[in-house]
Amino acid sequence: MQWASWSDFWAMGGYAFFVWGSYGVTAALMIAEVILVVRRRRATLEQLARAARMEKGQRNESSQ
Amino acid sequence: MTNLWLYFSSPKTFYPLAGKLIPVFSLLAIILIAIGLYMGFAVAPTDYKQGDSYRIIYIHVAAAWMSMFIYVVMAGWAAVGMIWNTKLSDMMAGSLAPTGAMFAFVALWTGALWGKPTWGTYWVWDARLTSELILLFLYVGFIALRSAIDDPRRAARASAVLAVVGVINVPIIYFSVRWWNTLHQGASVSPEMAPKMAATMLWAMFVMAMAFWMYTIAVVLARVRSEILERESSTEWVREILARQR
Repeated sequence: MQWASWSDFWAMGGYAFFVWGSYGVTAALMIAEVILVVRRRRATLEQLARAARMEKGQRNESSQ
Repeated sequence: MTNLWLYFSSPKTFYPLAGKLIPVFSLLAIILIAIGLYMGFAVAPTDYKQGDSYRIIYIHVAAAWMSMFIYVVMAGWAAVGMIWNTKLSDMMAGSLAPTGAMFAFVALWTGALWGKPTWGTYWVWDARLTSELILLFLYVGFIALRSAIDDPRRAARASAVLAVVGVINVPIIYFSVRWWNTLHQGASVSPEMAPKMAATMLWAMFVMAMAFWMYTIAVVLARVRSEILERESSTEWVREILARQR
């Protein structure tokens, strides 16, 4: 183990801003991308289901 | 073999396969990220010259590699689409682009934050940095062009041309540190030389690169599944999937 304590770890030998600035932004972007992909899937499924329901409704109307 | 290739290049068979692969690659990504971070921060020693600022290398190099690999794969799919007119290839290219752009940005961002303590500047217009910035612009241009054209077939053609022409930039990025006198250092790892790094640092870097690969595969497969549903929404098999979702 390279670190004497947790505060020593977070200080990163005086380079905390640069190291955590790099890792923080990278982690934020990767997590954001996952959230966006999951949201897009939900939105797509909802939208297609709605379109299918509307089409079904129209078909029922025209058959009456 | 050709039959197998054709089998999986159809959206209908690729969709469920991708669905099964996503959890596998997600899990691999999480495990490898955990191992890579542990090796990079707990096992690898402090660099005697750069102190702890060098620890940026684990994401910087991995992200830079990914930004180039993804571009080549994307251009490869674009070329396949141009030649054989396969539906799935354009969807793959389109799904790879946002992740590639993200990694290109991460490479530039972490590079800037590493450059400040080591070179004394966040940015210089040197060949390596400039060509990586052009890579980010190529990704952004590809995404913008693809979404600007309404007809999906024409959008696929136009963006494929851009992707294929832009691939020339990848060797320029890779060899820039040899061809020009750059502030950016030469390759830390290359096929011809013994690596100039301690073994633990090198392994941590490889593990992070593998982790980013697994992450990319999982995210891109998830994105391509949405794309398939949207494009194939009028087909019977997508209707069946929607009916099952209820």
